[in-house]
Amino acid sequence: MAMKFEKKAEGSFLLDVTGYVCPHPQLYTKKALEKMQEGDTLEILFDNPSSAESIAAMCDTAGNEIIERVMEKGTYRWKIKKAEAG
Amino acid sequence: MDAIERRNQAGVFVIVGFLSLISVATYLWNEYYIYLSAYLWFGFIYGMCLQYGRFCFSSAFRDLFAVGVPRMAVGIMIAMVLFGFVSAFVTATGMSTFHAAPYGSHAVIAGLIFGVGMVFAGGCASGSLYKTGEGNGSAMLVVLSISVTQAIFVDIGGWFNKLVPRSWYDSAMAKGLPAKINVADGWMDQYLAGYVWDQPVTTFGELSKISNPFLAAYVGNVLVGIALPAALILAWIYVVWARKAFLKKRTKEGRAAKGIATEFAGYWNMIRASKRTAVAGLFLGIAAGLHMLVMKGLQVKFGVQNFGELMTRMGFTFGLSAQGTVFDPGYWYVTTQEAQWVGWVFNRLGWNNMDNIFFGLNNGIPNPLINPADWMSLALIGGAAVMALLHNEFKWKAPTRELAMWAILGGALMGIGSRLGLGCNIGAFFVRVSEGDVSGWLFGIGMIGGAYLGVKLLSWWTERKMAKEAAFEAVPQTQR
Repeated sequence: MAMKFEKKAEGSFLLDVTGYVCPHPQLYTKKALEKMQEGDTLEILFDNPSSAESIAAMCDTAGNEIIERVMEKGTYRWKIKKAEAG
Repeated sequence: MDAIERRNQAGVFVIVGFLSLISVATYLWNEYYIYLSAYLWFGFIYGMCLQYGRFCFSSAFRDLFAVGVPRMAVGIMIAMVLFGFVSAFVTATGMSTFHAAPYGSHAVIAGLIFGVGMVFAGGCASGSLYKTGEGNGSAMLVVLSISVTQAIFVDIGGWFNKLVPRSWYDSAMAKGLPAKINVADGWMDQYLAGYVWDQPVTTFGELSKISNPFLAAYVGNVLVGIALPAALILAWIYVVWARKAFLKKRTKEGRAAKGIATEFAGYWNMIRASKRTAVAGLFLGIAAGLHMLVMKGLQVKFGVQNFGELMTRMGFTFGLSAQGTVFDPGYWYVTTQEAQWVGWVFNRLGWNNMDNIFFGLNNGIPNPLINPADWMSLALIGGAAVMALLHNEFKWKAPTRELAMWAILGGALMGIGSRLGLGCNIGAFFVRVSEGDVSGWLFGIGMIGGAYLGVKLLSWWTERKMAKEAAFEAVPQTQR
């Protein structure tokens, strides 16, 4: 399945990278966040366990907040809020 | 830990039960099988540790360059120092099964090719094995690609002989190898016998010229050969990737963001953030050191130096090398046994691949059912599967066409790199650096450079793909 990056509503985006292995989920997450505005939220779907640590560490470094973490049957559904500048 | 799903619990019991049954049944058949079981259970531990710590060398440098995450690179540096402490003791007591490798520019080139490959493949050689245990189809393809590429690469001759420098040919022919080995026909044979074997071999312990074995091991190998270079690399990682975010956080919290004490706090904070990888690294280090001790102990117990001798005693002579040996590293290794099982299949299909140095002289191609290192790799996959099941992370995933392409390409590059470098991220880097072998860092430098190049290429690819797939107009960076 190809990756999916779409705008769900104003300020709300979805990135579906299920089926992808390293480093695709973290690379796509980084690029998706770069294309969004501060305060926007990104819902990501992925099922590659090692990408979870990388995405969490990436958000921590950049100051982006992971506001929701759900894991069900090997699939992760995380919601990230892009940090305000400053 | 989340509650373990019932089906996953059953999976754990099946895997552990199956491996236990193999160990007990084969031991009852013949006590020499305990040698294979030792490899099996250490492989199982490696698999559990790798999955728990997400221990992947590709992730280490790729995530650093691609998304600015230093966690894994830091964890691996810590793990190497910890493994170094354990193996220094084993070396000093004379119980080590490790042999240093020739060092030279070939190690850097091999590391570079391997580094590009591991980024494309989405995992290094050991990382792909443990991800196979998570049910990851792409990782299985990577393992297959590494295996097939190596088995072909070590036997290429014909037109490729024209690419061999005359000096390699002359030097290889002068080595006086057994008649069974056709050195004149084989690029890899002439590379090994005509170039690699002529390169110097040494460890930092030997370079230190300290006569006391404990001091040589701890001062030479650990302090000079591992801890100092690792500390310098960690400092580089801190300055380039971790410092800015740490100081920003401190400023936000209203704490001091200047001065040497703050910098040390940041450095330490970066190290502590890699706890999970470091814990896995600690157990890997202890297990890898113990592995050497146990294998040496079994060799002493049975009065042999190589498993090939036990195979002969058991009546298995197919696949033995010209020296009567098989690949029996005595410690953790990944890629050679991958080449061997495909080499065995090729041989059974009628390909005479026992006339080259890699199979015919050094490693043999025993039946995978009695290949010690293959037992280790299969159990590594089992150990990773157990850990993934325990954390509800096991999931069968078939690769897409795009991922299959990256897996095959990356695996092929890793296969070539590991043969040129006489090992992969484990055999040529992790173990060698931890043993104070000079060639380990050379392979590592190449691997880091290769990871950087790989990231640049993959980043270009994903950007292009994202622009194609994004179903909306992104806000240009300049308009924000």
